[in-house]
Amino acid sequence: MIRHGRQATLQLRLGDDWFTVCDAARLQPGRGAAALLPDGRQAALFLDRDGRAYAIDNRDPFTGASVLSRGLLGSASGRTFVASPLLKQRFDLESGVCLDDEGVTVRAYEVRVGNGE
Amino acid sequence: MPDATPEAMPATTTGARSAGTAGATSAGTAGATSSTPGTRPTLLLVGHGMVGQRFLEALVERGVTDSHHVVVLCEEPRPAYDRVHLTSYFEGKGADELSLTPGGFMDTHGIELRLGERAERIDREARTVTGGSGRVYAYDTLVLATGSYPFVPPVPGKDAEGCFVYRTIEDLEAIEAYAKGAGRGAVVGGGLLGLEAAGALKGLGLATRIVEFAPRLMPAQVDEGGGAALLRTIERMGLTVHTGAGTEAVVTDEDGRVSGMRLTDGSELPTDLVVFSAGVRPRDQLAREAGLKVGERGGISVDEECRTSDPAVFAIGECAQTVDGKVYGLVAPGYAMAEAAADAIAGFPGSFTGADMSTKLKLLGVDVASFGDAHGTAEGCLDVVYADSRSGTYKKLVMDPEGVLLGGVLVGDAEAYGMLRPLTGSVPPVAPEQLVLPAGAGGPVKLGPDALPDDAIICSCHNVTKGQICACGTLPEVKQCTKAGTGCGSCVKTILQLLPQTGDKGLCGCFSYTRAELYEIVKVKRITSYARLLDEHGREEARGGEGCEICKPTFASVLASLAPAIGADGYVLEGEQAALQDTNDHFLANMQRNGSYSIVPRIPGGEITPEKLIVIGEVARDFGLYTKITGGQRIDLFGARSDQLPAIWTRLVAAGFESGHAYGKALRTVKSCVGQTWCRYGVQDSVRMAIDLELRYRGLRAPHKLKSAVSGCARECAEAQSKDFGVIATASGWNLYVGGNGGMTPRHADLLAQDLTDAELIRLIDRFLMFYIRTADRLERTASWLERLEGGLDHLREVIVEDSLGICEELESLMAAHVAGYRDEWAETLQDPERLARFESFVNAPGTPDPTVRFVAERDQMKPDLAVLIPEGALTTR
Repeated sequence: MIRHGRQATLQLRLGDDWFTVCDAARLQPGRGAAALLPDGRQAALFLDRDGRAYAIDNRDPFTGASVLSRGLLGSASGRTFVASPLLKQRFDLESGVCLDDEGVTVRAYEVRVGNGE
Repeated sequence: MPDATPEAMPATTTGARSAGTAGATSAGTAGATSSTPGTRPTLLLVGHGMVGQRFLEALVERGVTDSHHVVVLCEEPRPAYDRVHLTSYFEGKGADELSLTPGGFMDTHGIELRLGERAERIDREARTVTGGSGRVYAYDTLVLATGSYPFVPPVPGKDAEGCFVYRTIEDLEAIEAYAKGAGRGAVVGGGLLGLEAAGALKGLGLATRIVEFAPRLMPAQVDEGGGAALLRTIERMGLTVHTGAGTEAVVTDEDGRVSGMRLTDGSELPTDLVVFSAGVRPRDQLAREAGLKVGERGGISVDEECRTSDPAVFAIGECAQTVDGKVYGLVAPGYAMAEAAADAIAGFPGSFTGADMSTKLKLLGVDVASFGDAHGTAEGCLDVVYADSRSGTYKKLVMDPEGVLLGGVLVGDAEAYGMLRPLTGSVPPVAPEQLVLPAGAGGPVKLGPDALPDDAIICSCHNVTKGQICACGTLPEVKQCTKAGTGCGSCVKTILQLLPQTGDKGLCGCFSYTRAELYEIVKVKRITSYARLLDEHGREEARGGEGCEICKPTFASVLASLAPAIGADGYVLEGEQAALQDTNDHFLANMQRNGSYSIVPRIPGGEITPEKLIVIGEVARDFGLYTKITGGQRIDLFGARSDQLPAIWTRLVAAGFESGHAYGKALRTVKSCVGQTWCRYGVQDSVRMAIDLELRYRGLRAPHKLKSAVSGCARECAEAQSKDFGVIATASGWNLYVGGNGGMTPRHADLLAQDLTDAELIRLIDRFLMFYIRTADRLERTASWLERLEGGLDHLREVIVEDSLGICEELESLMAAHVAGYRDEWAETLQDPERLARFESFVNAPGTPDPTVRFVAERDQMKPDLAVLIPEGALTTR
């Protein structure tokens, strides 16, 4: 989670490496987009209204469908979440914890905005 | 019943895994029973089922996992799972989803869980338990939660290949595998579990029979009338039921496989598979052999603290016979026993003296509930019975002569259970017949949970009162703080009804205003930006935040309705509006369970040319889509990936189709019959009117979806009276009906006005729709809106026919602006390459399809491949 400037690229931490996804400007604040990772997993990327970026696993653990990137963003008690578009469970974007069922967590990725090497 | 033998399933340990802390010694050193690492005493739990897990949670809550070293022996290969909802395993719920054990639970609390380890022998003198692996586990305190086993009647052939019981996930897997080569199945037992099992067999595609020894189904829970209602409904589903018949023998073929059953009434029926589900018996063998006292009819005798005849040994759940002499086969009493035993071990007061046997279930899709003195055994008690064999509804209340509610039975419609059970033992605040009559039959009864006292038990699984629930703010909070609603789940509806009265009527956590109030704010202040609405009119704590998934689409809908009047763009994906839409509106298609989308082109009035039909067929064929005719006289195309939507719609738009708004809270369809043009009974041109109405109101965003229909005569073939607004032709014009609904809570529409001309009809519908859009709550259909509207239909008539509020001109001009401003969302979207980029599956790999959206064949078409959705480590838990 980080603030970014224009022209910057969005990067995810995968192990010790940073994986460049796309221009941060490709994302629309309040919405998400899915990214395909080198290992075949999918990440859901989001920007909040202040331009902060987040990334969690794209797979909705309640249905198995890769759809979290298509949910709506919201915030409650200062925590930014995405609501799954299928059954509406909310996931904290920083930790990946499901706010409606704390026993369930999706993977959360460290995100940074690099200068597009 | 497949037991996990040590050979097949070596004992494995999860949880605290330091060997040095294990309270176990190998068989070779049996007798070496110095039990504890350090000074902590060892608590050994035998059995990790639902009650066992609840017991562990109760220990954690009382700090016993800190003061004791806790070891659990679990015979099954997996930790505790939800046996109550076992049937949902066949409905696609995996073992992971049924699990009741949060990942990391054992680790966090230092509990040592030994899976696949069956307890074989208790040595009370040495205070040890020997496991199937040969290991010896020492204890200071032993808790038996061994549950029960399915009772299999001792009939010839009971062990033949093709005979099963229904208790564990392994049982289900065995049944599922065997059913693949079978066509017919029979269930012995028509009780709760038997019906569950029958539902599972039916779901596996078997022609299913139920054989029940008693003269009716569910003899323990329902009375004769309830059993009869249940029987009719179940037979209507295509199951065959034999009551009053016992099983004499299972018949086998020459290979020793099940081929049929012989009943005690002399009849013989063919079947490929038999599931015994004729009740359960307490598993008290271990205790018996150890010399613990057991009840005459089974069950380990325990006192109020759930302590057995040996003070160091406790028994809880279905294996125990409690102080009231009963063996409880339901989960709620088991949970209560778990709490009582945990209290005793922790040194707190607590006791179990008996439990409420109330239960509410959905069996084969039929609601069945029974509570209190359901059979009317109290002396001098009286019945109030409502029965409707057409709908399969049966409701009986048992009262005492003073009017105190003692209990009851509900079959087919158990909606009232949430209210009635807590009222048991008191005189209900309204006449008893009003509690069982269907809505609308006995005058308005507004008996909400408000009527309940604070100490009324709302969640009987976890014994949570109304007062405790009302102390929380939201459902997740209630679940977290009180556990209410996390057991059988039947109380969740009542909990939701309780919550708003503790707070406000605000739309969501972001706004203290209702949707109708927000509509007025947006209109008067001409607010076209969500951020502005939130920052200026949101709750203090929500300002500057992200908003939420409830108020964002609500604002988007209000904005779409008001756009022309307040100078906003009417295109729902314009600028910031795009970020507010639910995924369906965002992709202009309906998301289905595997993340693919379905597409419904508009077919006004259900009238379509052969050329257009051919285009739909070609598009479906070329993109490999599953096609199905909808209830609204349209065609639904399923299975498109998001990145395919633009190409599909390019073809459809070129052929003259436009969005059908099946994805939106908007006008869906105006259904019609062929009317006067073809039908010998028709008195008006219903198809033309349906097309006119559909084209007029297409794209109109509303608090919920809107459906309509036009019938060409009073025979009503278009079913207009089940629609939000329905039109029926008369010899001299049109009758307008409003507030109808099908679906979950059907409601016949009310006649608003008669014999209208075309122009009068349209003007009245304009006003009706705009008044609804302006005043309804979020997701409130016209039916419930009209029910809620103070003054009801008369008030509606005053406002929109007589213009008592003087707003009709405004309502009409709003609609005129909508009609003039209508643009097809798909045509507009296709024109903008930037918008089309949003449909790509991956932002970093344009053109790459989502590999998790896959399909398999079924009946010459395709369906979602759900197997690809359950990969490794699917449900990661903390």
